[in-house]
Amino acid sequence: MFTSKSVAVCVSLTSGSAALAQSPQFGQSIEPADIAAWDISIGPDGAGLPPGRGTAIEGEAIYVAKCQACHGDRGIGPSVVLAGALVGGMGTLAPDKTPIKTVGSYWPYATTLFDYVRRAMPFQESKSLTADEVYAVTAYILDLNGIVGSNDVIDAQSLPKVRMPNRDGFIPFPRNPK
Amino acid sequence: MVGKTHPEPGDPAAGNGILSRRIFLEGALVAGATSAGLSRGSAEPLTVQPWMKVPGPGFGGYGQPSPFESKVIKVFPPPPNPAGVGASRTPLHMLEGMITPSGLHFERSHSGVPEIDPDQHRLVIHGLVKRPLVFTVEALSRYPMQSRIAFIECGGNSQALNAPQAQPLNVAAIHGLLGCSEWTGVRLSTLLDEAGIEPQARWVIAEGADAAAMSRSIPLAKAMDDALLCLYQNGERVRPSNGYPVRLLLPGFEGNMNVKWLRRLKLTADPAMTKDETSKYTILLKDEKAWQFVFPMEVKSVITRPSPGLTLRGPGFYEISGQAWSGNGSIRQVDVSADGGRSWAPAALQGPILPKAPVRFRAAWQWNGGPAVLQSRATDDTGMMQPTRAQFGDERGLRGVYHYNAIASWRIDEKGEASNVYV
Ligand code: HEC
Repeated sequence: MFTSKSVAVCVSLTSGSAALAQSPQFGQSIEPADIAAWDISIGPDGAGLPPGRGTAIEGEAIYVAKCQACHGDRGIGPSVVLAGALVGGMGTLAPDKTPIKTVGSYWPYATTLFDYVRRAMPFQESKSLTADEVYAVTAYILDLNGIVGSNDVIDAQSLPKVRMPNRDGFIPFPRNPK
Repeated sequence: MVGKTHPEPGDPAAGNGILSRRIFLEGALVAGATSAGLSRGSAEPLTVQPWMKVPGPGFGGYGQPSPFESKVIKVFPPPPNPAGVGASRTPLHMLEGMITPSGLHFERSHSGVPEIDPDQHRLVIHGLVKRPLVFTVEALSRYPMQSRIAFIECGGNSQALNAPQAQPLNVAAIHGLLGCSEWTGVRLSTLLDEAGIEPQARWVIAEGADAAAMSRSIPLAKAMDDALLCLYQNGERVRPSNGYPVRLLLPGFEGNMNVKWLRRLKLTADPAMTKDETSKYTILLKDEKAWQFVFPMEVKSVITRPSPGLTLRGPGFYEISGQAWSGNGSIRQVDVSADGGRSWAPAALQGPILPKAPVRFRAAWQWNGGPAVLQSRATDDTGMMQPTRAQFGDERGLRGVYHYNAIASWRIDEKGEASNVYV
């Protein structure tokens, strides 16, 4: 035991210091400000949300012009199958029901809606909406689901506080590797 | 049987015609197993073909499959969905061995395949690191590299088998979101060490340069363990549909996390809760709860031959061939059955048997021309065995969509036609 252990320690020390000494350093340093245009991740605590604001009332026009063609009138009955319904399905997660998973019935965090719409929607011209437009269309989809009011101002402070109906619906998978 | 001490190669090993795998291990067939194959009559006289008499065409810069193999293609649903959303599937029933040809590797993309100029591509590592760093593809190419053979399976593979009635689909349509390549690239841990990991970091948010900026949160432990930034696939640069110029490989983890067209890695204390780790790739259970962050693709196998569309030509000897894999380790054993799981015999495993890589298994089958239900059941070296469909459904229900890994069944009818069934 003693022998094999000390050998293992030796080996790991050697390879560790060798790796440090020999590892090439080809990365170029960059200032956080120069990453900003790419750093579009929003945390569930709201970290990363940009300045700006919007309400559902303002968001309706954006939705009708830029989203409805694929996601359907008021987020129900999408014409593009993979796009999916954005609204409704409340109560369908119950046992033995056929689940209709939407932003309203399934999504645990409202911040995800902002993050995803900003990075990926509208489908043909992603990343084209202003921060105000993303806040507004986010507010509209949340309003259609009965989660916020039509005049509620959605911004970096209020969005992370929105409590989604299925917030507690998720549990960890018991068999992940340690 | 009287007086025999151990089974001969052609001996029955399980019900309805499964023979001993010693046929493969020893390369020997007994007369009984081949007789049906021999009773085909005599061959036509041999003729000299035109291509035997004149020189063939000259060289080409990039080899193509024979024009006679034009049916061996990926399958994908036709529009109306916006181009590039959804998946194309590997034609598993027309392939052999363990490696998927790069051009036939399944693809799942969320906003088409970006055309990326490698000279313009950048990978940035930032967030909870001491030194945010940017890498060009050229810079990545200068690091010491590693190769490994690994499968990638979409988290949504085989989801058709959740349907209450068995659908008339073939192996590509059901199980074709599976591919295996030899991947070569730079260990992610090397680059994270170079950037200097802050002690609070627990997760790495990986993001693609596609129009969807597909994004997933990955445990830092996995990133440091065996994650690879792949520049090469099967010896050549990664194909655009598989993430050119650089993709993330997380051996054994659900396909969606192996982010393609990798442009950004942000170290964080908590996961980002992206659309593809909340709305999608979570598993709704029997009750109202859903499993979230389901990482490994658990032990699984599928018979690729015989399978729907590959009609058997009369009773006699057939090889049952398929693939088995586990995101948790190496395949230890694959059993096959021709009687819908009533009796099983071990299949021969084709080496090399590598962790988180598919294994080709083979079994010898003497088809008597009657009905049969072919199944395979894999066990990995953690001891986990593929569940039956009933056991799978008992644990989690059949509403989960993702990570379906129960035993699959092909019924063979008297005409030799195979179809997808539940037993
Ligand atoms: C051309 C069709 C199209 C348009 C227009 C469009 N989308 Fe989408 N949307 C899609 C598709 C396709 C997906 C699924 C993408 C995938 O597979 O990842 C999707 C997914 C989504 C999702 C995730 C749905 C879920 O349940 O996971 C949201 C939210 C969304 N879109 C919002 C919007 C908003 C807001 C707009 C307008 C600003 C918009 N979309 C415009 C096609 C479209």
